[in-house]
Amino acid sequence: MILNSKVPEGLLEKKWDNHRFNLKLVNPANKRKFEILVVGTGLAGSSAAASLAELGYSVKVFCLQDSPRRAHSIAAQGGINAAKNYPNDGDSIYRLFYDTIKGGDFRAREANVYRLAQVSNAIIDHCVALGVPFAREYGGTLANRSFGGAQVSRTFYARGQTGQQLLLGAYSALMRQVASGRAQVFPRREMLDVVVVDGVARGITVRNLVTGALESHVGHAVLLCTGGYGNVFYLSTNAANSNVTATWRAHKRGAFFANPCFTQIHPTCIPMSGDYQSKLTLMSESLRNDGRVWVPKKKGDLRPPNQIPGEERDYYLERKYPSFGNLVPRDVASRAAKQMIDEGLGVGPTGLAVYLDFADAVKRLGVDVIREKYANLFDMYYHITGEDPYKVPMRIYPAVHYTMGGLWVDYNLMTTIPGLFCLGEANFSDHGANRLGASALMQGLADGYFIVPYTLGDYLAGSNWGKVEVAHPAFKESEKAVSEQTKKILSIRGKRTPTDFHKQLGLLLWNQCGMSRSEKGLKEVLTKIPQIREEFWKNVTITGEEGEFNQVLEKAGRVADYLEFAELLVRDALHRKESCGGHFREEYQTPDNEAKRDDANFCYVAAWEFKGLGKEPLLHKEPLQFESVHLTQRNYQ
Amino acid sequence: MNLILKVWRQKNASSEGRLVTYEAKGVSPDMSFLEMLDVVNEGLILKGEDPIAFDHDCREGICGMCSLMIKGCAHGPERGMASCELHMRSFKDGDTLTIEPFRAKLFPVVKDLVVDRSAFDRIMAAGGYVSVNTGSAVEANTLLVPKEKSELAMDAAACIGCGACVAACPNASAMLFVSAKISQYALLPQGDPERRKRVLSMRRAMDEEGFGNCSNEAECEAVCPKEIKLSNIARLNWEFLRASLLSKE
Repeated sequence: MILNSKVPEGLLEKKWDNHRFNLKLVNPANKRKFEILVVGTGLAGSSAAASLAELGYSVKVFCLQDSPRRAHSIAAQGGINAAKNYPNDGDSIYRLFYDTIKGGDFRAREANVYRLAQVSNAIIDHCVALGVPFAREYGGTLANRSFGGAQVSRTFYARGQTGQQLLLGAYSALMRQVASGRAQVFPRREMLDVVVVDGVARGITVRNLVTGALESHVGHAVLLCTGGYGNVFYLSTNAANSNVTATWRAHKRGAFFANPCFTQIHPTCIPMSGDYQSKLTLMSESLRNDGRVWVPKKKGDLRPPNQIPGEERDYYLERKYPSFGNLVPRDVASRAAKQMIDEGLGVGPTGLAVYLDFADAVKRLGVDVIREKYANLFDMYYHITGEDPYKVPMRIYPAVHYTMGGLWVDYNLMTTIPGLFCLGEANFSDHGANRLGASALMQGLADGYFIVPYTLGDYLAGSNWGKVEVAHPAFKESEKAVSEQTKKILSIRGKRTPTDFHKQLGLLLWNQCGMSRSEKGLKEVLTKIPQIREEFWKNVTITGEEGEFNQVLEKAGRVADYLEFAELLVRDALHRKESCGGHFREEYQTPDNEAKRDDANFCYVAAWEFKGLGKEPLLHKEPLQFESVHLTQRNYQ
Repeated sequence: MNLILKVWRQKNASSEGRLVTYEAKGVSPDMSFLEMLDVVNEGLILKGEDPIAFDHDCREGICGMCSLMIKGCAHGPERGMASCELHMRSFKDGDTLTIEPFRAKLFPVVKDLVVDRSAFDRIMAAGGYVSVNTGSAVEANTLLVPKEKSELAMDAAACIGCGACVAACPNASAMLFVSAKISQYALLPQGDPERRKRVLSMRRAMDEEGFGNCSNEAECEAVCPKEIKLSNIARLNWEFLRASLLSKE
């Protein structure tokens, strides 16, 4: 199969305009006859569901949580980028596009990234219209701040709760459509399969998490907006229930998985405190605007941070990257922290941390200004660690935060299964090998508010299917497969909990396929994962029954999928013999330890086709062609 | 440290529940409250017993999923945090902790500590939005919002919809929740066109669900993880009064 990205012809600046004109339209009177199934209610899912219902489609929305308002987009802190250029500091659509594609280390699709920058301004307009309380200047205009990896101030924010406010905006728009009767929400449902009829996605099988019953839902198109797979590492900044199940099961039904090895390790998270740790908490990147990162110059310096004089501190980001300083992109900052820690300069009780210090900013701006900007983050840090960051430097450590890889989609956001679309973090398309700060919210909302409402119409208008009902054999087969897997897991009654297997897998991945990867380590992991998986299917223990609210069973199903997916992630990391963005291969680095890309051999999207469990997946390459930008080595010095 | 837990166990919505005693041993003060429950649950699973069901997701105090009454207090004894943000350093060795679900008739128990808060979504559907379709917004900076108002709107908008306010209120009133949304929109120009309709409609939905009224106990403010102010309820009452007097309905 040849991957067709469906990128339109013409000048980069004109592609999206031309494409919108060429897309077929659905007659307004016919829209209500189309049933659209939206899985996931984060920024991508809620915004898509609301916008499609506004257009008149009949929308059904599914989420794991008890309310669509709780999806993990809610936890995004720092902000959302747009090319408004309000500060008059040299920003433009082209610059936002360029920064994003360069930040992604030239492993994203040029046309998609340009479109993202193009619609960014409309997102801000729409969110403001919805009543999102963005930060303001005294004159009443919108405020901006700069964010990691950018030299202009283009980030819009609502304190340290931007994701919350944007999600509640999209959720409010969705609830308005629920009131209108065009959208229907199914909370506490977990999607366990995509139903494909005659090669086309026609529905989903979900488990009602309250009753345990399986339900089939028929639709004319399915939109997966189910987020990233960061929790495959066990410890990440993701919500406890975020998982890979929906996209992985779609992959097993024929959707290609692209660039799974592109995972983002965020430099500023609260370090782990013990082996009971269930998640890691992010401290927004915005803190690097005012905080200075340092470690003691001397190994084993156990003095409290405030007693270490300035000349005995190494502000290593400022030293290594004088022009970007503390604001280097995430992958660069994380690797630099790892280097310091590997050299034995780490701080705190575990030695697995560096300092993020606000003393200079407090001196310069006063404690009130710092409080206004970061109060909720400082409070959060205090609640978790018991230390007051107004007085003592924060201790931070990198943690898995975001996954750039995801289901392969074309320019229309459709996967390799016709009728199955994938939006937001769940797809692979816009961030390449590394995502810049404040770009995730932008992409989720771009996909949902301003892209899929157009491209879905084209798909629906151009299709002609027979009537399908839940009695169709494909739905019965799907339900049977899901139910058999559940019964099998329940029957094992072994000696280890699902969480125990998850921790084992996560630690293995973090050590060998985390911030730094090598051929030897990856090959080793590749032999270990099938062993853990085999043990899981012999020795996992689940309590309770299928037909009831059963959180252990939910968890076991997700861990079973991680144990399959992890193999693909590692295989992808092994095959990509270059370093780029969040994917750092020890064998491929410059003399000053920066990532060394190989554009001659790896300037492509790796899209993997499932060929059966335990069998080698088939690699399809989508070559990345750059018409407008010149590939350069990223340099933040 | 070692603790005694008295946990509400209830198989499902239609069965009777009761408090069951468990021991939590070797608890680290740096554990979060939910991590302490995780450890207890791992032990239960290995013994073949049904673990304690509780709602949780982000585990950083923003999604509003967690909903525990700890020692009789919604989200536990510390101010300004959700159950997931509470850490074990807030307790002492030998403490006995009663852990119950959020208690309110309108939040029926699903299982153990998990409750159904869908009433909140229904109230939101009654008017907790600005009616603007995607694509029809004006340029963002044409709407000027004074900084003070924007900050106040943000204070109210910070509500995470957890329902602690209802659980803590002797009248099971949802006034703090509703007033947070009403305030956010009443303070912003975007909310103005639907101002009267919104407050009447959300207020009606709240009453029809069966939530009680406010009698100024201020328990809601005390337990709110986002420290939403009681003054929002005053604003809700003022908005409601104004809309009622001026309404043509």
